[in-house]
Amino acid sequence: MDLLRFATAGSVDDGKSTLIGRMLYDSKSIFTDQLESIERTSRERGDEYTDLALLTDGLRAEREQGITIDVAYRYFSTPKRKFIIADTPGHIQYTRNMVTGASTADAAIVLVDARKGLSEQSRRHTFLVSLLQVPHLVLAINKMDLVDWSEEVYESIRREFVDFAAKLDISDLTVIPVSALQGDNVVQSSTNMPWYQGATLLHHLETVHIASDRNLVDVRFPVQYVIRPHQSSHHDYRGYAGQVCGGVLQVGDEVIVLPSGMPSKIAAIHAPSGPVDFAFAPMSVTICLEDDVDVSRGDMICRQNNRPTVAQDIDAMICWMGSTPMQPGLRLAIKHTTRNARALVQELQYELNINSLHRNSGAGELKLNEIGRVRLRTTLPLLADEYRRNRQTGGFVLIDEATNNTVAAGMILNAS
Amino acid sequence: MNTFESGGNYSLSQLQALESEAIFIIREVVSELEHPALMFSGGKDSIVMLHLAAKAFAPARVPFPVLHIDTGHNFAEVLEVRDQLVAQLGVNLVVGSVQDAIDRGLVQEEPSGSRNRLQTRVLLDTADKYGFNALMGGARRDEEKARAKERIFSFRDDFGQWDPKNQRPELWNLFNTRIHIGESIRVFPISNWTELDIWSYIAQEGITVPSIYYAHQREVFERNGMLFGVHEVCQPRADEPTFVDTVRYRTVGDASLTAAVRSEATTAADIVAEVAATRITERGATRGDDQVSEAAMEDRKKEGYF
Repeated sequence: MDLLRFATAGSVDDGKSTLIGRMLYDSKSIFTDQLESIERTSRERGDEYTDLALLTDGLRAEREQGITIDVAYRYFSTPKRKFIIADTPGHIQYTRNMVTGASTADAAIVLVDARKGLSEQSRRHTFLVSLLQVPHLVLAINKMDLVDWSEEVYESIRREFVDFAAKLDISDLTVIPVSALQGDNVVQSSTNMPWYQGATLLHHLETVHIASDRNLVDVRFPVQYVIRPHQSSHHDYRGYAGQVCGGVLQVGDEVIVLPSGMPSKIAAIHAPSGPVDFAFAPMSVTICLEDDVDVSRGDMICRQNNRPTVAQDIDAMICWMGSTPMQPGLRLAIKHTTRNARALVQELQYELNINSLHRNSGAGELKLNEIGRVRLRTTLPLLADEYRRNRQTGGFVLIDEATNNTVAAGMILNAS
Repeated sequence: MNTFESGGNYSLSQLQALESEAIFIIREVVSELEHPALMFSGGKDSIVMLHLAAKAFAPARVPFPVLHIDTGHNFAEVLEVRDQLVAQLGVNLVVGSVQDAIDRGLVQEEPSGSRNRLQTRVLLDTADKYGFNALMGGARRDEEKARAKERIFSFRDDFGQWDPKNQRPELWNLFNTRIHIGESIRVFPISNWTELDIWSYIAQEGITVPSIYYAHQREVFERNGMLFGVHEVCQPRADEPTFVDTVRYRTVGDASLTAAVRSEATTAADIVAEVAATRITERGATRGDDQVSEAAMEDRKKEGYF
């Protein structure tokens, strides 16, 4: 059994929480005490039917206001897969939450209301899925029961969406007509839409091929921690602990350590289960080298002929998450792989309107939830890849040094 | 040498993926925070945490102490395993005692007899005394709705309080560990594990957990639809007849309010099968304290509870 992480984007109005509730309920992942608790709350509020959205809205304010504020994580398994759902709110003021949920997702579900068709919001969500390079996108056209299960409605939304997605960087798209409220095509196939021959949403999530999404080509091993036992039984032991971010590392491989460029050979790899011959993403392992080279946290082990760029000038898209706007000239802390440095925002090249995709090059600042292209200068070189090539070595966060808040998520376009 | 079971050569099983994620997080805490400690009750989740910590730094020793907030309402079997594991791994054990805080008048026993809430104050005081600024714990997001919204690195102000509406975004595996003096971070490396994952892992790794997790004969009585074991701090009232039943504990907490469940499961593999088939959450089945209100856990967490 493997693990699939998916993010859902949409608002309560699109029926997103109902969809998740339906998935949990129909896959028998809801427990009786949880169900009794939400049935009681629904009854007390005078709802006509049990509001499955109550299953996911965990904070008091969310239940009181009937909205999703924050990313909630939900878990369920079928005999085929374990799933982690990052349930994110849909409104524009929660763009940062959706970016957060999408950053680790293998797949994303964008929901649209069949009655309304593509909204500004569904375009924005799709853009964010593309920006964060979520490998698989599902467009769930919901509330099909309210449009008489019409194939024409489905087709027209599907066509419009495919045209829109073609302008973005979407590699795998699946469109599924569903009714979250009644359960059609969520877990059970719909008998109301015989014209739809495709998989149900759950079946799709169970079978979508994710093994090839990881980068198994470019060896990238950011050193996280140096293990030195200081015990007589392991007197000379030096192990470099970290999580593989790309490629396959094998015992005997010739490698180099960046930024120093010192060459060595992999002497041993220790996985959580013991010694192994090879390691790949996302394994946490400890690597021993044959030579006594100087390696510390923030360094990266890679191959001689396949290296990340060692760069202090970084072009990136960032999603601004701070409550005070970002302006050029700002100095921030940056965390990239296991490296910490400081960064100066040299230039804001443009602000990207995430509804129209219009580039506003006259923007002087980025406000909360806005996305733009910036040029950064860092105090230490980063060992960077394009985000498109590797989400781990291409992503970074910016931190306000006064408040210690995480104020931006960044995706590297270019490094030099 | 190991082979990788599912889906060909280059993929991990869900347990391997969760294990790698947890180890990465534990190493990140030690790399970036000066005074970490692991909350360790001797319950199954904290035992799994200690097991992961040992793997994360092997062959070196676990480079931080373990901290037990002792309610005084213990199951003897749990303390025994706690001490055995601590000795085996050579880690330091720090104990914060609720009984001691009561004796010194720092906290007052609640009318219900539950010491769950009192733990918060003792936890904050003990962390203060030893200067721990990063406390790792075995809490999981599947346990409870408020926990489902909590970050892996959960930031606390200088009163140890959680503000659910003002949490730091957590992107990729880039954890922001920066804190001001006086503030602290709670870290939950097994956030993404479920009860089933925990038991599957215990079975896979052959991890020792206290015997009360497995089916045994115990003198019990029924209260609020739950089965409570007779214990010095958990006595039946006159109208609560006792009887002997085959039970096990799904969670281990304050002995005065942790209930047992009927079960025949005597091995970790039996429990995996039982948990996979169960229709009731572990807290719903066994915790008197979480049934108080929809937001009971959220409220306790805001005060600084784990």
